[in-house]
Amino acid sequence: MKVDRRSFLGLGLGAVAGIAISPVGAKLTDDSSIWTQNWPWTPVPPDGKITYGQSVCTLCPGTCGINVRKIDGRPVKIEGQDTYPVNNGGACLHGIAGLQYLYDPCRVKTPLKKNNGRFEPISWEEAITLVAGRLGKIRENQRPDSLACITDTNLGSVPGLFSHFMTAFGSPNHFTMQTLESWLTQTAQTLHGSGHTLGFDLDNADFILSFGAGIIEGWGSPVACFKANSGRMQRGAKFYQIEPRLSNTAATADKWIPIHPGTEADLAMAMCGILLQENLFDPEFAAGFRGGLNRFNAMVQQKYPVDQVAAITGISAADIKKTAIAFAKAKMPVAVPGKGRGDGAQSLKEFAAIHTLNCLTGNINKKGGTFVKPVPGYLAFPDPVQDAVARDGAAQEKLAGSAQELVTKIHQSDAPVVDTLFVYSANPCYSLNDPMQTRAAFEKIPFVVNFTSFMDETALASDVILPISTFLERFEDVPSKAGFAGLVVGLAQPVVDPVFDTRSPGDALIHLAKTLGGTMGDSFDWPDYKTCLKSLVPGIWNDLSKSGYAVVSQGPPAGRVRTDFAFLAENPSTIQPQGDADLTLVPIDDMRVASTAPASSPFAIKTVSDRVIKNRDMFVEINPKTANGLKDGGFVTVTTPAGSAKVRLNFNEGIMPGVIGMVKGLGHTFDNRYVAGKGVNVHELISPVIEPGSGLDAAFGVKASISKA
Amino acid sequence: MSEIENKTEHGSMDGAKECAAGDPKNDTGLGLGVIFFILAFLICFLSGWLLFPKLLYSKHEQPFNFDHALHVQETGDCESCHFLREDGTFSGIPKTESCLDCHTDEPMGETEDEAIFAAEYVAKQREVPWYVYAKQPDCVYFSHAAHIKAAGMDCVTCHGHIGESTSSRPYEENRLTGYSRDIWGNNIWGITKNPWDSMKMDDCAVCHEKETGHKGYCFQCHK
Repeated sequence: MKVDRRSFLGLGLGAVAGIAISPVGAKLTDDSSIWTQNWPWTPVPPDGKITYGQSVCTLCPGTCGINVRKIDGRPVKIEGQDTYPVNNGGACLHGIAGLQYLYDPCRVKTPLKKNNGRFEPISWEEAITLVAGRLGKIRENQRPDSLACITDTNLGSVPGLFSHFMTAFGSPNHFTMQTLESWLTQTAQTLHGSGHTLGFDLDNADFILSFGAGIIEGWGSPVACFKANSGRMQRGAKFYQIEPRLSNTAATADKWIPIHPGTEADLAMAMCGILLQENLFDPEFAAGFRGGLNRFNAMVQQKYPVDQVAAITGISAADIKKTAIAFAKAKMPVAVPGKGRGDGAQSLKEFAAIHTLNCLTGNINKKGGTFVKPVPGYLAFPDPVQDAVARDGAAQEKLAGSAQELVTKIHQSDAPVVDTLFVYSANPCYSLNDPMQTRAAFEKIPFVVNFTSFMDETALASDVILPISTFLERFEDVPSKAGFAGLVVGLAQPVVDPVFDTRSPGDALIHLAKTLGGTMGDSFDWPDYKTCLKSLVPGIWNDLSKSGYAVVSQGPPAGRVRTDFAFLAENPSTIQPQGDADLTLVPIDDMRVASTAPASSPFAIKTVSDRVIKNRDMFVEINPKTANGLKDGGFVTVTTPAGSAKVRLNFNEGIMPGVIGMVKGLGHTFDNRYVAGKGVNVHELISPVIEPGSGLDAAFGVKASISKA
Repeated sequence: MSEIENKTEHGSMDGAKECAAGDPKNDTGLGLGVIFFILAFLICFLSGWLLFPKLLYSKHEQPFNFDHALHVQETGDCESCHFLREDGTFSGIPKTESCLDCHTDEPMGETEDEAIFAAEYVAKQREVPWYVYAKQPDCVYFSHAAHIKAAGMDCVTCHGHIGESTSSRPYEENRLTGYSRDIWGNNIWGITKNPWDSMKMDDCAVCHEKETGHKGYCFQCHK
């Protein structure tokens, strides 16, 4: 017998025939197709019981009520809360991506101490003891005012506790970052006296004259503004947008009026002049005018004649006049200040001049008008207990008018200005103008304690980091702000146990004060933050705990409003952009990019247009007429007095010739591969310019030149 | 005629001769081919039927034995443990918390299985990592409420008489797809006698066509 070719043929045929009438073929075909539909490496979230947790988003000043969908207690989705009076069911892209912040690669997982430039994990007890030791020494040296504090806002019980801490410790140096709310409060205080702030009833106004406010790009409470803008279109209210660039807001407006950047205050002054000259102001409301209306009138007629302002602003005299008259003749006109999100560097003069237009129309504290309302006063803080050292310290003069001015002073001074700095929920080393200067100033501060959830630029420049739970992991009262008409206080509640070894900032402060002991311990006589919060809001705790929010005020505030023209009658100077180059660089607020703390989520960054950022390259918007032969998409170097950056050109006929714009919120330098290392931080190209009088940074832009890179 | 053509012609003639019946010289070659054919056929055929299913599925024992019959007897029905939640979603396999409606960390009976449950899961507050025989893939949306409430179907129609079992059979997982063997069915050819013998899409379609006159649309289940 010989094994030959036919034997192998028989073998093969037999095998094929055997397999063919066995189930192998049919079964493997089916299984293979199933396998390709359910890749084994694709994660499948486990199924379970669906529950909802109620909270309030604190990612921006919008304060939207949220429902967090959970599966077996694991949060899987954030949705807008239907009944919440601010957002009425809506949510923005940052809010719905909020869960990503829980597991962000930059989350600080445990307290950290810097040792020779490197962070080492330590326990909470060690961290608090370390900070308390430093503070104890400051008080021993009788220099409690050398403790400074920067928080994102001064509203709500947590910033309130920092303020309480500072007063009890004996330091007047509590600063907040510049926000739309801080601008509005400062404006209201300047024109109507202290204890006031402004709100805008955009839901009912019939003529909105916006001086660059990005109504659908994050201004105020973003979701409330989206809804107000939709409602405006339905009820036919007019909306004029005055800004140098055809933003999304300008594109939805009835009229876009391009204006040379930084001349908005001059325009508003000229419009005030027209209203006064044409006798189009409300005589009844004018009865409450104080402090030199006549002087103001004489000044605007003399210094801001329409023809002259037309040349400065680039808007024709006829248009200025027509717009002013249309605004004054509307039934419910509202002039809205605050460029973009309204939180950047601007000038008090601009805010005051724009709000004076509201005052002249008399549409104040009426439906569809501007609300001059008291600053939120629902918190009942006990008086802090101070000893002699604290009393002396607290009586010292405040070091600066703003966080920006403080940083500038520290940077410029040879002698130590601040011994210890607390930073809470703010990223000044990124979001203040000229962050290089801020970082240099931080290096001069011997001891920086950062209460933060994320390892951002400021955290990297700190000495001790106390990791804070995110808004999904802790209690906090969250008052509406940033131009929202009423006052709604929401209760952020833990929808999930802290993912890492983090604490509520309130608990951290109480722990710190108790460790310091003495009058500090007496001033913080609460067992924990939740008990503290409950005792601070006795009037609204029932509402907060039952429905998750309390409506403190709704509708127009009562009472007469007095208006003081003294500030504007002096004709404060308009801040000019630094430098003498031909172009003016302005930061752009993009709804998809968070410009302050915390930085954007990975999800949000994924949604940004590739005409803003492509891979790691940043784009600068420019009108093709200004491009001087440069190509769309080509690489250029933007140079300003503060620095230079390599970027790509984005031709946009919707930006005024002579103006270039870069989106804020990119170019982070911390360790997060999803968010950082993309583009340029526009603040690095702008140096701060402190406005005399207000102490605020008024550098809205800077002169710039571009050259082929 | 070229050498190659010669060879080819010769070769083909050889083939004809080899294939011709009654040529005793070539019988052995053919016979060996047939033997090889039969051998290979038998090996592959039997492997396909007997060995292949064993290779395709991996077997897992449940964490401990569960006596459905006893529990049905004690509680009276399936719904006591496998219930619809208020929002209409199905609870599926009960959580340890549900078991604690009756059980405590002290065993109620004397079986070794209950002792494991009490010691390892109740006392340690852990969930039992049951293997789920009827688990459908993530790409399938299935509403128990629609079938139980709206269509008034009985558990047995799809799940068979599992409520009468006194012990947990091993869970068999398809190594390629990760599916439970119960989805395809125990029969490797996919032949079924009862509706609960398999739980593939076609099984759904058969019943839907019978009951509603239509197999249903893709998006009804694949959302």
